[in-house]
Amino acid sequence: MKATHTLAAAALALGGTGAYAQDSSDPIIIPIHNWSSQIVMSHAVGQIYEDMGLNVEFVTTDSQAVYESVRLGDVTLELEVWEGAFGASYRAALAKGGMVDAGEHDAVTREDWWYPMWTKEACPGLPDWEALNDCAHLFTTAETGDKGRYLDGPVDWLKHGKERAEALGLNYVVINAGSAAALWAEIGAAEADKRPVLVFNWTPNFAEAVWPGEFVEFPAWEDGCDKDPAKGPNPDALYDCGNPATGYLRKVAHHEMTVKWPSAYCVLSNINFNNAQIAQMAKFVDTDEMEAEDAAAKWLGENEGVWQPWVTACTS
Amino acid sequence: MAVASTDYAVQKTVELSLRNRVLWAMLGTALLLMLCRALGILPEWLIRLPEWAIPPSDIWLDAAFSFVQNDLGLIHVTRFVAEGPLEFLLDATANLLYGKRRWPDLGPIPWTAIAAAAAVIGYYLGGWRMSLLAGGTFVWTALIGQWEIAMQTMSVLTVAAPIAFLTGLGLGILAWKYAWFDKAIKPVLSVLQTLPFFTYLLPAVIFFKVGPTAGAVATIVYAIPPMILMTTLGLKKVSTEVVEAGHMSGCTRWQMLTRVYIPTARTEILVGVNQVIMLCLAMVVLTAFIGMPGLGAKLLAMMGSFKLGRSFEIGVTIVLLAIMLDRLSKAWVVKQPEHFERGTPWWQRHIFLLFTIGAFAVFVALAQVIQVFSEIGRTQHFSRGKEIDGIIKAALDIDMVQATTEWLRWFLNVNVLIPFRNSMLWVPTPAFILLVVAFAYWLGGRRPALYATVFFTIVAFSGWWDRSVITLYTVISAVIMATLIGIPLGIFAARSEKWSRRILLACDTAQTFPSFIYLIPAIMLFGVNDVAVVFSILIFSMVPLTRYTIEGLRTVPPEMTEAADMSGASRRQKLLSVQLPLALPTMAVGFNQAIMFAFFMVIIAAFIGTQDLGQELQRTLAGTELGKNFVLGMNVSLMALTFDLTILSWAEKRKKALGLA
Repeated sequence: MKATHTLAAAALALGGTGAYAQDSSDPIIIPIHNWSSQIVMSHAVGQIYEDMGLNVEFVTTDSQAVYESVRLGDVTLELEVWEGAFGASYRAALAKGGMVDAGEHDAVTREDWWYPMWTKEACPGLPDWEALNDCAHLFTTAETGDKGRYLDGPVDWLKHGKERAEALGLNYVVINAGSAAALWAEIGAAEADKRPVLVFNWTPNFAEAVWPGEFVEFPAWEDGCDKDPAKGPNPDALYDCGNPATGYLRKVAHHEMTVKWPSAYCVLSNINFNNAQIAQMAKFVDTDEMEAEDAAAKWLGENEGVWQPWVTACTS
Repeated sequence: MAVASTDYAVQKTVELSLRNRVLWAMLGTALLLMLCRALGILPEWLIRLPEWAIPPSDIWLDAAFSFVQNDLGLIHVTRFVAEGPLEFLLDATANLLYGKRRWPDLGPIPWTAIAAAAAVIGYYLGGWRMSLLAGGTFVWTALIGQWEIAMQTMSVLTVAAPIAFLTGLGLGILAWKYAWFDKAIKPVLSVLQTLPFFTYLLPAVIFFKVGPTAGAVATIVYAIPPMILMTTLGLKKVSTEVVEAGHMSGCTRWQMLTRVYIPTARTEILVGVNQVIMLCLAMVVLTAFIGMPGLGAKLLAMMGSFKLGRSFEIGVTIVLLAIMLDRLSKAWVVKQPEHFERGTPWWQRHIFLLFTIGAFAVFVALAQVIQVFSEIGRTQHFSRGKEIDGIIKAALDIDMVQATTEWLRWFLNVNVLIPFRNSMLWVPTPAFILLVVAFAYWLGGRRPALYATVFFTIVAFSGWWDRSVITLYTVISAVIMATLIGIPLGIFAARSEKWSRRILLACDTAQTFPSFIYLIPAIMLFGVNDVAVVFSILIFSMVPLTRYTIEGLRTVPPEMTEAADMSGASRRQKLLSVQLPLALPTMAVGFNQAIMFAFFMVIIAAFIGTQDLGQELQRTLAGTELGKNFVLGMNVSLMALTFDLTILSWAEKRKKALGLA
């Protein structure tokens, strides 16, 4: 697969057919983070670019610090800007200048309190959040006493679990995990004896395929729930709503990309994945144990009808 | 023996009474402060420093960094180095080892050629066993499907280690030549050796661009200190006879250095090389946090998608690489240079070099013909990730294991750790400092006490007191538990040669296993809480305790144990009254290392979920708060240094008293 790409690239470069000749031959630098869907998507887009005869290089970077790198041009683009997780870093970098918005994917993102399906058997009132207090005894541990335990994401993800628990009068202790790996380990350990657990989770990610589960349905998000106490059921508290159930997934690029690689930028702005496609790419890696490059090649091979139009739209 | 220690005691009586009075005064004041707090009459500003008294040191530091970085233009220099020579070197090795499209466009070198060359070098340095280890490691890496990522790691290592070696050697020579330089650099080195690695990473990213360049710089800086220390040590030990011989044969200063001093200090310098390689490998894995590709990055990605089996396999590769590099470089230390008779033909003198080149060339040629010899495809590897996943999960699922860990989690959390933490946090700041100083004074003497006072006062004024106390609480808990397990294990192992060897090998493996792999089993066994944190630190810091206990007990002079046997001591009496007291100074060194390892690991344990300095440090990594990052790192370093100075000072005194020094 790789060989054919390289060949195609060589043919294009040698022939200089001119379709994308205005694009620079400097490598487009694509950042890679530590979750599968982003890695496969980055490789898929990289292979599309290579097909177009462009040079691509991948660098591994931190998913928060990457926006500063995009702004400075150390990396060229970013394919997965999650509203909930990276919205703040994204807006900060956008305000400083140097970064351009390249549109949204169809895919929606959601991050909230979550439980694996076996939990529901013990607490049938779920996913309604009001069932949480009745079931608090199911989630107790040695160190939380008679309160339930909710494992929130790392503190720096700023998920406001503690504030939510207080605002809605939940009888829970909120503990912060230190990393995504810690969240998975907690679910993995509970899986063996089907112990009920309540953890922070998000979609799309690989966990859905491994542990089927559901989000807790909190009072629906209203704009300003994090700034205006009047919003949401508790008139005196902030964060008394669930997170937005349909957050955006966005693409961004370094501002010079529009002039240095105009066709590549055009393709980038056309690129549009939906949740099912992302889940499928992640599955190749997470459950089928493929390497990211091969998974991307396989996906591209099977879905030519999806991505070819993004490219052809930019040739005319 | 007994006579010696009474003599020592008599000598010290006068000093002791003064010492005791000072000690009691400190303890008394601390107790009084705590009593006042218990009665509720201690004013607020004596419990914790008020907000207004804490200087905004992070903002000052940020301003200072910004001045150096932008106004003095340091960033242009560092960025030039990063994008110029350093990137060039990294690109060249990257091309050779894993075929990145850069100059010289020759790579990737076939894996069989590298494995064959390594096997020949192994044979030259240490016979068949080394040959098997060196060649086998590379074959394993290729067959398990990790060749490319392993070579990404090696490509940085092959640049970073030589640079660290040369810089360390140069600075070491300077420190040996000029006493003032030695004096100036010593404290810097101590701080560098105790600074948490997160503090190396952020400045590296800011000054040297995210990716391999920053990773290489952080790795180099991390690995330099022991090289400097070993070089200075080796050069100082060169005997005057050798120096005089050099002078008599009319050496110039340069010849003195290159022909007399450095060859004579060869052993120490090579020990330094060994340290450089090991530290480089440890750090190069950790630099995955700042976007360095390779084994570390793959490991993080695998852990992020909960693939225990694959993570474990990567861990094994790292251990094999580490043990191979360690054993090969140690074999090089032991191997004395060969001298040939005049007139031996060139090929005979360099027979092994020729063999290496030959083996390399043969496999490069073969690789042109046979595809598998050049690149092993991803689908051909023998990784058994899924199966290992199953085994790990099944092992954690055994009812006995579950019941035990459940009980331990309950018992340790509710009865030991949480009460201990709360009481440490309850102690008023000045009383806490007094207690630490009293400890340093009691164990180490006046100088360590002085340092403890200064260091902990700085920590108090840094504005991160509570988090520092929590860090200290975790370290102390873990080290106490490590002592309870590690020392008995060492005593048991020291009884026989066979068990000593086995346990020492286990120690080596545990120590080179990438530290953050321990985190996942810890969480799965104990959940996200303090027990998991303490447990993961415990594994890591038990290693030096066991190692030095074995070392200490086995190097007790045989006359002493024979004397004990002759006076009819039972095995227990011999152990308690003869062997252990004599081994204690060595064991103290191990204890000290255990504390240093615990301070290192407690920062990594932030990935489980802690509320200490590590968590804040981890948070700074995603941003650009250089000042805060530095303040947090200094706090860890200052606390670690306090223990370091105290315990080493005690061990030194004790060795003198026992006549072992």
